[in-house]
Amino acid sequence: MSRKIIELKNLTKSYNGVKAVDNINIFIRENEFVTLLGPSGCGKTTTLRMIGGFENPDSGDIFFEGNRINDLPPYKRNINTIFQRYALFTHMNVYENIAFGLRIKKTPKDEMDRKIKKMLKLVELEGFEKRHVDSLSGGQQQRVAIARALVNEPKVLLLDEPLAALDLKLRKEMQIELSDMQKNVGITFIYVTHDQEEALTMSDTVVVMNNGLIQQVGSPVDIYNEPKNRFVADFIGESNILEGIMIEDFLVEFAGKMFKCVDKGFQNNEPVDVVIRPEDIDVTKPEDGHIHGVVTSVVFKGVHYEMLVESSGFEYMIHSTDMQEVGSEVGLSFGPEDIHVMKREGSEN
Amino acid sequence: MKNRAKLLAYPYVLWMAIFIVIPLLLVFFYSITSGDIHDSSSFSFTLEHYAKFFDMLYLNVIWKSFRLAVISTVLCLLLGYPVAYIISKSRQQHKSLLLLFFLLPIWMNFLLRTYAWMAILSPNGFLNKALEFIGLPPIEIMPGQTAVVLGMVYNFLPFMVLPIYTVLSKIDKNVLEAAMDLGANRFITFIKIILPLSVPGVVTGITMVFMPAVSTFVISRLLGGGKELLIGNLIEQQFTIYRDWHFGSVLSIILMIMILVSMAVMSKVDNDSEEEGRSAMW
Repeated sequence: MSRKIIELKNLTKSYNGVKAVDNINIFIRENEFVTLLGPSGCGKTTTLRMIGGFENPDSGDIFFEGNRINDLPPYKRNINTIFQRYALFTHMNVYENIAFGLRIKKTPKDEMDRKIKKMLKLVELEGFEKRHVDSLSGGQQQRVAIARALVNEPKVLLLDEPLAALDLKLRKEMQIELSDMQKNVGITFIYVTHDQEEALTMSDTVVVMNNGLIQQVGSPVDIYNEPKNRFVADFIGESNILEGIMIEDFLVEFAGKMFKCVDKGFQNNEPVDVVIRPEDIDVTKPEDGHIHGVVTSVVFKGVHYEMLVESSGFEYMIHSTDMQEVGSEVGLSFGPEDIHVMKREGSEN
Repeated sequence: MKNRAKLLAYPYVLWMAIFIVIPLLLVFFYSITSGDIHDSSSFSFTLEHYAKFFDMLYLNVIWKSFRLAVISTVLCLLLGYPVAYIISKSRQQHKSLLLLFFLLPIWMNFLLRTYAWMAILSPNGFLNKALEFIGLPPIEIMPGQTAVVLGMVYNFLPFMVLPIYTVLSKIDKNVLEAAMDLGANRFITFIKIILPLSVPGVVTGITMVFMPAVSTFVISRLLGGGKELLIGNLIEQQFTIYRDWHFGSVLSIILMIMILVSMAVMSKVDNDSEEEGRSAMW
């Protein structure tokens, strides 16, 4: 594993008495693509702004390569930021925008020309030097902002919902471009988004946040398959969350039945939340399923159908390529590995 | 729908024609004619009034008007920009209060404000009384150019502060953060980002201060004590004292041309700052 480049220790920040970031601890490794994911107001942007130096933490420390940088102003940090609304300098052309940081560092003209040319090639805007930034499309402006930040060769790039203002198709393209770029230039990306799909596609590590607290840190696959709590399960993808009881290791009871599962480490008879992803449920003949229910709604979603099946007061959401008629009786079946058991929130208190 | 909306413009067009275009044409007509103003049959076309203007006496008045207006505008800019900057940077709840302090004087009558300055600056005014009280010699700035400039700056400062404040408060905070992020300290951020982005507000402010300053006659009459004749006073005199409408019209036309020229120059500066970098686009 590569070394830690940024470490946040007991970081706290309040606005008007409301804790935006509440005592968080994380570290970020060199060359990692880390995403801070959460709903708006969860503290992800505040965390990013503290790393960038735009906000001062109330308490706690920020370390950059082992040095405490709490009191360092943004212009002295070897970190650059891509802002949500690009924040380009509208009174300058593309070249001057990208040259801004280099000029401050008094880079010689020929070196500056060479670096800017290289950057424009990286973001595929060759020949755009003299263009005024107002004449560019949203995607092009965003790429100028990326070039403007990367040309300074920062060790860490902060990205604050950089694709939020783009349309869906462009957003998808830029997602791929950004993660390719991150691999090519080999620097650490800290990315903030509320879009769970974006987070899962692009990142090495996802940090899920809510109410200023870190809910879970893990790889996209871990976060999706093994959500730690109800919030993560609900926020990442669609899920069926049922209340259950962990009878013993590898055995859980919910929906009035016992199921084999792959989870362990709970107390016997501990109340738990059980998550089953909609795409993990198979629809069978009524007599073959673990659970017996009636289809209440079917919506065509393109690749799959989204069906709701009611069974003893609970509505299961199911994603399937086979359509069932509304009102028909079906069975639902799933394997032990499809059942994810989580600690019930507040059960410890 | 479109045609109906057009109808709404007619009252204004009519208003403009009656109260702006026709009077302007009349002023122009008087400027190129001579004769008894009460007897239109005595009118004959002539350019003699224009020729009369090119006398050192009048050129000096024009020069002085320009000089004082420029000095006042520069002082307004030097005082107004920092004020606008500080207001735009202050906390939201303080902003409106600070702005109010600057706008409150405008709500009072212009003459009243200028008379107040007379009371302060006159040889036996508050200022000299205060100086006497603390044992300092009196200063005699009124009547005089210093008092006129002071009156202009006081009266027109809000017209400089407001447009600059508006432009400054519209600058995206992220853009300033981006500059800091790219290595610019506060000073460089101001010089390379804030100042260029605020040029349109500065241009508007200069225009809005310079125009009334160059044509004022009240301030110069009250605070200049009749000694400091500006072009505004000259025009006033032609109409009220000498009853020479023809020469008064000539002076008005010349003042108007000069204001138009200076406005054209200013808008060129404004456009250049906006077009910078864009010019080479095509």
